[in-house]
Amino acid sequence: MKSSYNNFFKTNKIMSPQDYWKANLKLLAVLLLIWFIISFGFGIVLSDFLDQFSLGGFKLGFWFAQQGSIYGFVILIFIYVFAMYRLEKKINKKEEENE
Amino acid sequence: MSSQLLTYIFVGLSFALYIGIAIWSRASSTNEFYVAGKGVNPVANGMATAADWMSAASFISMAGLISFLGKDGAVYLMGWTGGYVLLALLLAPYLRKFGQYTVPDFIGTRYYSKTARLVAVLCLIFISFTYVAGQMRGVGIVFSRFLEVEINVGVIIGMIVVFFYAVLGGMKGITYTQVAQYCVMIFAYLVPAIFISILITGNPIPQLGFGDTLVNSSTYLLDKLDQLSVDLGFNAYTENTKSNIDIFCITAALMFGTAGLPHVIVRFFTVPKVSDARKSAGYALVFIALLYTTAPAVAAFSRVNFIESIQEKSYIDSPDWFKNWENIGLIAWQDKNEDGFINYSAGKPFEGSRPIFSNGTGTQGEREIENTPINDNSNEVYIDRDIMVLANPEIAKLPAWVMALVAAGGLAAALSTAAGLLLVISSSISHDLLKKTFMPKINERQELFYARCSAAVAILIAGLFGIYPPAFVAQVVAFAFGLAASTIFPALLLGIFSKRLNKEGAIAGMLAGLLFTASYIIYFKFLFSELDSSSYWLWGISPEGIGFLGMIINFAVAALVSSVSSKPPIEVAQMVDKIRLP
Repeated sequence: MKSSYNNFFKTNKIMSPQDYWKANLKLLAVLLLIWFIISFGFGIVLSDFLDQFSLGGFKLGFWFAQQGSIYGFVILIFIYVFAMYRLEKKINKKEEENE
Repeated sequence: MSSQLLTYIFVGLSFALYIGIAIWSRASSTNEFYVAGKGVNPVANGMATAADWMSAASFISMAGLISFLGKDGAVYLMGWTGGYVLLALLLAPYLRKFGQYTVPDFIGTRYYSKTARLVAVLCLIFISFTYVAGQMRGVGIVFSRFLEVEINVGVIIGMIVVFFYAVLGGMKGITYTQVAQYCVMIFAYLVPAIFISILITGNPIPQLGFGDTLVNSSTYLLDKLDQLSVDLGFNAYTENTKSNIDIFCITAALMFGTAGLPHVIVRFFTVPKVSDARKSAGYALVFIALLYTTAPAVAAFSRVNFIESIQEKSYIDSPDWFKNWENIGLIAWQDKNEDGFINYSAGKPFEGSRPIFSNGTGTQGEREIENTPINDNSNEVYIDRDIMVLANPEIAKLPAWVMALVAAGGLAAALSTAAGLLLVISSSISHDLLKKTFMPKINERQELFYARCSAAVAILIAGLFGIYPPAFVAQVVAFAFGLAASTIFPALLLGIFSKRLNKEGAIAGMLAGLLFTASYIIYFKFLFSELDSSSYWLWGISPEGIGFLGMIINFAVAALVSSVSSKPPIEVAQMVDKIRLP
């Protein structure tokens, strides 16, 4: 009784390596999709279409191509850094320091 | 104080700083020489990565290139930043967890094969030398224009400085000099950009001034630039001229290529923890973005300034910078209609790709050129795009110390990248070729000695490239990125994310990517350069973008060959499991 309680509690708290990897892949898929949309989508394929809107003195498509996509890249990396920080806590394993 | 003296002082002080850091951070073990003892703070590593990454091409050439390309210039802006997302998400943390010294180390271990390691070493050396040649040319240009010394003397001084901190300090010395070089470089880039932004738009932030209205006018800068461009017979600045598929492929090849460049990847081996590798990639991109979001603004400002300060001015009254750059042959003027005024518009001014100067002077005092004029257009001006950033402060009439700063910044950009490249070349020779393949019995001290020797030899070769620049430097840049995208990136990515991929698949994939990409580029850039236009390209993809297709071919061949040959050994699967965990 006690051990099954512990097991139940554990699976909630400590993630298995397989689940950790799955969660990581899911996160990667979402972030890379956004990466693709803001650069290849807004900056290239849809750029001419977006140019009919403007952002201050910029045509919107031009802004994504020369400015916006870069800001987006920076934000994406930091989202990943924070998401992985939380995920690593769940797997509840001290990071091994290599050498 | 003369601007020349100021430049000597700025450049001299920055060089003294780099050498001082080199002496302070000498490497005493192979661990320190290859990966700085894995003790670099992620923020410092981010700065070092940014300096390593932003070469003479980024600092000196990129804004100039964009100012003549207009919206098409976005391929460089997105291509050379987007790769960091791939690095942070797909490669850097896992390769750091793997915890060895070089990129071929990973490929050799993951694919349990010396052949795979050797293929990786070959690609790495080719990519890195291609790159170094460009850096040394940058050093030469800065020295000859600002310090008025012979290009050769400039290259030799640059070699001595790099020799000091690369050979003595290895990765440790390079890391901390790169931190200093980043600071010099970014300050030198932002100061003139802010000045010019204020002068043209009244907005002190170039990224915003770029989309702002001109001073004392309600016209937006970019609208004005579109107008000027169209009036002179160019395409509107904010519209693409390349086809969408070509822009797509070039951007992709540059992004995946960036993520596969060994000298960038190896920087993430130097941080203490796996999570630091991710953070460090984020900081690196912040530091890079500071310059990369400023560059398109500088491009637009300098284009407006350039056109307005020379168009329809008489040559005699033309600004000093025009004549200074003419003196070293990067600007030329041929008075085709003999009216004494400078006429700038779309079209090639004369036959040939570069001006050939005779010793005489023309009627207005300009340097006479021997090229046959092309008379179907009225353009009389030849300008080397590389000079825009360097000439910008002069064009905008900024004070002399700003020009001195830009000279020091250009040198910092070129030297930091050269050092990073020389290090990956030397470590792949001493570690991958000697220690791991041909001379496994050498001890650590001997390996360190060989690492220093190969760094010294690599510097000599790089210097020779600077003094006798091979004619093909510009063409081979496409090569470096194409090869990185079509060989190294897929091998690393599949090595981490697929456990099924075996050595046969990886080697076949790398060779297929290499052969396809190399032959396409050689065909259009070297054998039949007269055919290098969109009507002959495969699906309209230029040689610059072909690395993307090469990468897809690599993936396909690797998967196919793996599926019909045996599974990788169990130890490899265990290793992959291990690097996937934090």
